[in-house]
Amino acid sequence: MGFFQFIACFLLLNRLNRAFIDPEIKLKWGKQLSLSSWGMLLVYLALQSFFGEAGIIFLGSILLGGILYYLYKEPDFDQFRFYLFAHIPLAGVGLIASLTLFIAPDFYEKYDSFFDCAILAAFVWPFARWMTSKKQREELKMITLRNNQLDTLVAQRTAELTEQKNELENTVKLLQATQAQLIQQEKLASLGELTAGIAHEIQNPLNFVNNFSEVSMELIEEMDEELAKGDTAEAIAIANDIKQNLEKIIHHGKRADGIVKNMLQHSRSNSGEKQPTDINALADEYLRLSYHGLRAKDKMFNSNMVTTLDAALPKINVIPQDIGRVLLNLFNNAFYAVQQRHNEEGDSYKPEVKVSTAMKGKFVEIRVTDNGTGISDSVKDKILQPFFTTKPTGEGTGLGLSLSYDIVVKGHGGTMEINSKEGEYTEFIIRIPA
Amino acid sequence: MKILVVDDEADVQPLFIQRFRKEIREHEVEFDFALSGEEALAYLKEKHQEVVLILSDINMPGMSGIELLSKIRHDYDAPPPVVMMITAYGDEENHRQAIQNGANDFLTKPLDFTLLKEKLKTLITNG
Repeated sequence: MGFFQFIACFLLLNRLNRAFIDPEIKLKWGKQLSLSSWGMLLVYLALQSFFGEAGIIFLGSILLGGILYYLYKEPDFDQFRFYLFAHIPLAGVGLIASLTLFIAPDFYEKYDSFFDCAILAAFVWPFARWMTSKKQREELKMITLRNNQLDTLVAQRTAELTEQKNELENTVKLLQATQAQLIQQEKLASLGELTAGIAHEIQNPLNFVNNFSEVSMELIEEMDEELAKGDTAEAIAIANDIKQNLEKIIHHGKRADGIVKNMLQHSRSNSGEKQPTDINALADEYLRLSYHGLRAKDKMFNSNMVTTLDAALPKINVIPQDIGRVLLNLFNNAFYAVQQRHNEEGDSYKPEVKVSTAMKGKFVEIRVTDNGTGISDSVKDKILQPFFTTKPTGEGTGLGLSLSYDIVVKGHGGTMEINSKEGEYTEFIIRIPA
Repeated sequence: MKILVVDDEADVQPLFIQRFRKEIREHEVEFDFALSGEEALAYLKEKHQEVVLILSDINMPGMSGIELLSKIRHDYDAPPPVVMMITAYGDEENHRQAIQNGANDFLTKPLDFTLLKEKLKTLITNG
């Protein structure tokens, strides 16, 4: 019966030696464990010659207990604590049995089969514990493996998502830049539309300047002739004509000058200063610019224009090129609408665009009305949105009204109202505080 | 000969009158002016028998010169007055439309008055 403890020590030390996977720990403990495990057997053989059964069981249990205690204290063996604890019953039963045998041998003889069973059971117990633990350890290994796999997956996924996020951020930046570009292009495009109208506008006064200058030259020659003939009355009449011609030249020259100045102002982006402005003159100028601009694109385009401008309208503080741009946009839209209706209905339809100005309380009110295709209710909600347009692709950026709305409401503290009946008319009412 | 000039710019009037000073003084020509196609038609209703030549701008607000031209050709064809179109846009499309609608001639702005006078001379000699 004594050898169970020794065999248990031997097996314990062996198993622990084999159980370590970590090469560092194997290096540290390997030799000690294997040497001591064989040492156990030597000790047993040695003790056999000196001690009786009781002594051997006792010493074996003490030895086992000692090893267990030592290993318990070593942190490297923490994971095997369960196994160490599994040997305690064997050490404990051994102690009890040996003491009993020593103190009361008769009692021991009487019940020796019980003691034998107990020792056997205690001996087998560590085996059972090791087996179940093996299963648990396998499961743990699997779970750890799974965990590692999942960790790798998560890291991969995170990397993918981070990459996508960066790409999206770049795309957003690109879109924002493109949007800014489009807005600038819209401004340039409206300037381009103006150019044709402006060229025509300038052509007329220039023609007059040239023609009246030429005529005046001829008249001066005639005047010379009349003076030579002595017909002073006729000469004076001619001189009057020349004077009138020169007045007309000045007038048309100034007209051209004004148009060029307007064009320069319009092309400057955001010079932002409010100045007292004659809204009537602005409306008139931009109405004609819009008309001629569209004519330059479509020779067949035609429309009646009615202006009802309140002559008593005071000058108000606005940014002229911005309000001009708003008016230009409204006129362009109005002419487009009547043109569309004309395309649908033919010559029986008379296109008409009206602009009127009036003082309404503290506000200057500008109305632009057309009898064109009108705006349906579903579209009306969207027309102030940037990039919304009913024109076919490539014909309009959809920015005109949204920019206009910003200029009127945010830039000048005014309001913009839209009334329309589909198929009949559309009216934009702008009110700007005076 | 009575000439009707149709142009929405009012300043063409002193221009014509001064350019044709001599001719007017010698009663070779007489000018009347209309500021729009509608005004021209109203004028023609009364005086179409007397008007021999009509000079019309093409690009005018309201009734365009081409529209006026086709109306004239439609309403007043016995005898048909000579109609010459004047325009700042001297392009193919305008030219074609003018000729198609029955214009006799096509002039570009700025008006070359010497050329115009020559054309008028041809008109007079051809009766």
